[in-house]
Amino acid sequence: MNSTTSDILLLAFGSFGILIALTVLGEILRARQPVHEPNPMLDTYMTRVQSWWGMVAFIGAALLLGKPGIMMLFAFASFAALREFLTLTTKAQADHLSLALAFFAVLPLQYVFVGFGWTGLFTVFIPVYAFLFLPMVSALRGNPDRFLVRVAETQWALMIAVFCVSHVPALMSLEIDGYGDRSVLLIAFLVMVVQLGDLLEYFFGRRIGRARIAPGLSPKTWEGFFLGLISAMVIGAMLNWITPFGLVGAALMAGAASVVGTFGSLVVAAIKRDKGVKDWSHLIPGQGGFVDQLDSVIFAAPVFYQLTKYFYT
Amino acid sequence: MKFLRQFAARIVGQSIRIFARAITAVRAEWKGIEPVPRQRVYFANHTSNADMPMIWSVLPPAMRRTVRPVAAADYWLKNKLRAFVGPEVFNCVLVDRRPEVKDKPMDKIIAALDEGSSLIIFPEGNRNMTDDPLLPFKAGLYNMGVARPEVDLVPTWVANLTEIMPKGEVIPLPLICTVTFGEPIHVQEGESKDDFLKRASDALLAQRPEARP
Repeated sequence: MNSTTSDILLLAFGSFGILIALTVLGEILRARQPVHEPNPMLDTYMTRVQSWWGMVAFIGAALLLGKPGIMMLFAFASFAALREFLTLTTKAQADHLSLALAFFAVLPLQYVFVGFGWTGLFTVFIPVYAFLFLPMVSALRGNPDRFLVRVAETQWALMIAVFCVSHVPALMSLEIDGYGDRSVLLIAFLVMVVQLGDLLEYFFGRRIGRARIAPGLSPKTWEGFFLGLISAMVIGAMLNWITPFGLVGAALMAGAASVVGTFGSLVVAAIKRDKGVKDWSHLIPGQGGFVDQLDSVIFAAPVFYQLTKYFYT
Repeated sequence: MKFLRQFAARIVGQSIRIFARAITAVRAEWKGIEPVPRQRVYFANHTSNADMPMIWSVLPPAMRRTVRPVAAADYWLKNKLRAFVGPEVFNCVLVDRRPEVKDKPMDKIIAALDEGSSLIIFPEGNRNMTDDPLLPFKAGLYNMGVARPEVDLVPTWVANLTEIMPKGEVIPLPLICTVTFGEPIHVQEGESKDDFLKRASDALLAQRPEARP
């Protein structure tokens, strides 16, 4: 067993420790709850904890399988996210072929490019080639009705669900001096920092939050935001041993990912409000869809990737 | 041989269900009824040939075993494969709509109800290829409701299938399909056929997921 594998196992067991604590906490609360009084808050919490068990198990297994496992997991996450997104967007029959291409050509190609580490290609493939080519396919069918809306919404779907999500596995293609094959651990770092920061942001926001960041859009508060940010930076600093960033660098990278993640999930909330839905789908019990669960990671990934590339390679 | 065919039918049925789930993540929304085995007639909108397999796929196993889709014999007996899938995988009640045929569709439907089966029917009669959400209902639903008033008639809306597979396209889009089950209705005493069909059609339209801008 090499050091990367043992680090992944250590992180997995650490996460399982946190999950066991959360599960035990829930069970104690449930045991103290009178049987005849339903408590929806507690039920939601327990379903969420169960979904987290699944997530940790999936991501842990994928990390242990190495590159093929990670690629498959995130390609599937992209597929599920794109499906949720395009179910809600404006489209006409004239877009059928371009949407089919988005699912069955653009998405797999992006992951092939990421898998081979062709940086020059996967960073421009969607924003240049897909964005220019797919509207042509739609235009050829000759239906101008709400054309710009249809094209723009499809492009946002690809940007968020494929381009951004694929930047998580793209972290593996970074060649960082003295870090070697350990770059797979950057994925664990990003996901843990952002998701735990999210969770604590939610917790503090509920507990002591007063000033809404964007009233009418989301219950997120500035108090929750700052405490979540500090928590993410502390967690990042504590996890600095799996990164090439050093103590201060890890805290700053975690902070950057957390800020982008929090405001990214505001963007996702705005899109949901615009489309009049509460959740993107119902694929993950208690959490909604893949986009609901991953919104902050999705936005943080490309920025985290670019910062790492700029400062550490 | 019979055993083998039954086994094959089960395998094909499961494959169709898994395929539908994998591509469209099809899910049921139990708005007006509980997913419990009870005799019901699910009446649904009909925009694509995939409607019936979608409804069938979201029913829990106990309900799937007792449900029989009512379908056109001319479609399901066209070739050997369909003749296997329709009657044996989906356990369809095949009705012949030609007027010169002796066994009337309604007799077969009532017979299926009397043996305790639930039914899936498409009261528009044909696939809806228009821009209207529903075509006018045929009288069949009313006749069933009058003949067997105790059976629950459940409005069932299948959403997004037109976008998943518009007419004339070859590749299905993997969008999310939702099947919404509404509150059951019954033919009320003294209610005329037209009034009931109007009420049934409204009840079905009410199950549409909220319209998006």
